[in-house]
Amino acid sequence: MLLFRAFILGCKSLLLHPMRSLLTVLGIFIGVASVIWLLAIGEGISVEAQRQIESLGADNIMIRSIKPPDEASSGMRDVKAYGITRAEMDMLQSIPTISLMIPIRELPMKFTYNGNPNITPVDGRLVGCTADYAATNRLEVDDPARSHFLTQIETESSANVCVIAANLAKRLFPSEDPIKKQLYVSEKKLYFEIVGVLKHRDPTAAIGGSLAAQDFSLDVYIPISTMRKRLSDEERKSGTGSFSRQIFELSQVTAKVNSVDNVRMTAALIEDSLKANDPDRQDIAVVVPYELIEQSRATKMMYMLFLGLIAAISLVVGGIGIMNIMLATVTERTREIGIRRALGAKRGDIIRQFLVETVVLSVIGGITGILIGLSCPLVIYYARDLLAWSSPRAYASLPDVAKKMTPIIVGYSVPLAFFISVAVGVIFGIYPAIRAAQMDPIEALRHE
Amino acid sequence: MVVAAVRQAADNLITAFGDLDKRKSTRALGMKLAAEIVDLKKDYVLKGETVRALRGVTFSVPEGDYVAIMGPSGSGKSTLLNLLGCLDRPTSGMFLLGGDDVAQMTDDQLSEIRATRIGFVFQSYNLIPQLTVVENIEVPLYYQGKIGAESRRRSTALAQLVGLGDRLSHRPTQLSGGQQQRVAIARSLVNEPYFMLADEATGNLDSVTTAEILALIERLNDEGRTIIMVTHEDEVAAHAKRIIKLRDGVIQSDVRQPIRKRYVPENGHANAEKLIGNSNAVAAQEG
Repeated sequence: MLLFRAFILGCKSLLLHPMRSLLTVLGIFIGVASVIWLLAIGEGISVEAQRQIESLGADNIMIRSIKPPDEASSGMRDVKAYGITRAEMDMLQSIPTISLMIPIRELPMKFTYNGNPNITPVDGRLVGCTADYAATNRLEVDDPARSHFLTQIETESSANVCVIAANLAKRLFPSEDPIKKQLYVSEKKLYFEIVGVLKHRDPTAAIGGSLAAQDFSLDVYIPISTMRKRLSDEERKSGTGSFSRQIFELSQVTAKVNSVDNVRMTAALIEDSLKANDPDRQDIAVVVPYELIEQSRATKMMYMLFLGLIAAISLVVGGIGIMNIMLATVTERTREIGIRRALGAKRGDIIRQFLVETVVLSVIGGITGILIGLSCPLVIYYARDLLAWSSPRAYASLPDVAKKMTPIIVGYSVPLAFFISVAVGVIFGIYPAIRAAQMDPIEALRHE
Repeated sequence: MVVAAVRQAADNLITAFGDLDKRKSTRALGMKLAAEIVDLKKDYVLKGETVRALRGVTFSVPEGDYVAIMGPSGSGKSTLLNLLGCLDRPTSGMFLLGGDDVAQMTDDQLSEIRATRIGFVFQSYNLIPQLTVVENIEVPLYYQGKIGAESRRRSTALAQLVGLGDRLSHRPTQLSGGQQQRVAIARSLVNEPYFMLADEATGNLDSVTTAEILALIERLNDEGRTIIMVTHEDEVAAHAKRIIKLRDGVIQSDVRQPIRKRYVPENGHANAEKLIGNSNAVAAQEG
């Protein structure tokens, strides 16, 4: 009852200066809303990043070939081969925890279609792989009745076939059906018969320096055996005034492990066996998405910590606002404090009175902050739409994560924000309240 | 040096016995005391200099008394008022309020005493602006923790007693000076104090309103309430039963007035009823 009366009294006192109270509430409101927003956005970004990493497959290990720095291979006559070799891949096949291995060789190429002589060559990626590549990278063909990904038989027989990605199909065959057409690789003077068109697939994220983002949208997949037969391990590029040569057998081997629990151990084994002869070997990198997932959890913690810090700063600023106002209020209401003391208020009563006021202010700020905080996903959604509609160019330049990310309200952020707002009220209210209580009642009564 | 000290001690002893005698005598009369002050001294330190504001004041106020404390500025009037109101502690001496020596109490205990035993009326009314009339009257009960339907009923009855029954939910700013002072008087009575302490209660009022307020105070005194009033106006003091004059921190004179001015006729009068409202009816309702 007493506390309720104190609450009513607090509200009345605050309503004496509605504008002032409103502005004070605003400080806390912004702080609390930003706590929820930042946590929600942080969570959204990290979930999106994790999803992209997970799309690489948690039970996969990737062994990438890394092109040595240019200085090392500048002697044009004597270019050394780099990266993982077919022999090494066969050797790794003996590791019992590896259930499947996919050799991959990627080359940048220009593609055209003979039936359309006017078409400008499209820059894409020629990927030599096996039938299992589709499953591991979650690639699906667009029309399963008429098209298919590379089959085991095609791979083993080095068939002259290819499967093209959705975007490439759209650009090369704007008005025709690509199936059974001949894709032409002008640099190598090679034709491949198109047997399948893929559905669109979201790009994967780039991870560290070891794994570039994969776009998949302009890929042409051919059997790796065909690639070996038609294009040698040596890759020459000549342009005006420049010439480059590189030799590598495979650009990546993806190893599928039989269980997620064995991923780490297997990765260590692969690394050890590949580096058995040369511990300082620089031309390969073993990338473990599972580890990256773990890593992203740590990054997420960092994210949260950093964003939390920003929110904390804004709350402190809001709290200082409260303190400032309350100090002014205490001075302004010195007379009232004197009257109350004369009528029997103890120091504790005065402290409580002013504390109730600050807590009421901060709780109102907290509750409105929480409400606005909860609207974060909606606001982000519409803000993005608005941006995409009003200036598409600015929208296009947004990082991919920002385009895709959906803010996720973190469950604990609501009680946390509420608790913080009360705490700010108490912490920043206590000093003005004590100052009010410490006043000499005689002096206070005389105050004009 | 030693002689002087011994003489001082003897003096103190004599004074103490004297006080004892005085107290006995009042007891013998069968009068209950609202307040009793014994050799009250108060020193201030102002800019390194000790100012002796009260140099030993002794008097007692029986229940039902109406005392006016007078004196020029600098006589220690305000200091005495602060001590009587338990807003301050004396340097030495005793202040007995219902058998408790207030002089030795802690800050919180003094607050408790102010909340339960003293009713303040100030020159500038000192109502709390954000509260209504009833809520203002209720404040001392709030600090006793006795808030509820009963306190609201009591405050309403008191508002009616002072003639503001139709302005219960007005704010102080919506009231005239006289009305505000009536609220303050009602507030000073809400906790059934040992005495009402009025500090220049009519100082801010015009002569007509002053008459109203003084009539109200007289009426309350007639009903048995103890009044201690600090004033510098002879006109106001003329209504008290007893006048204590202070000068330079000591009591100059302490006289009972055989004849005093009255607004309220001894046996009730229609005019008085009009001035202060029908307080008896309210008092009966109050129980």
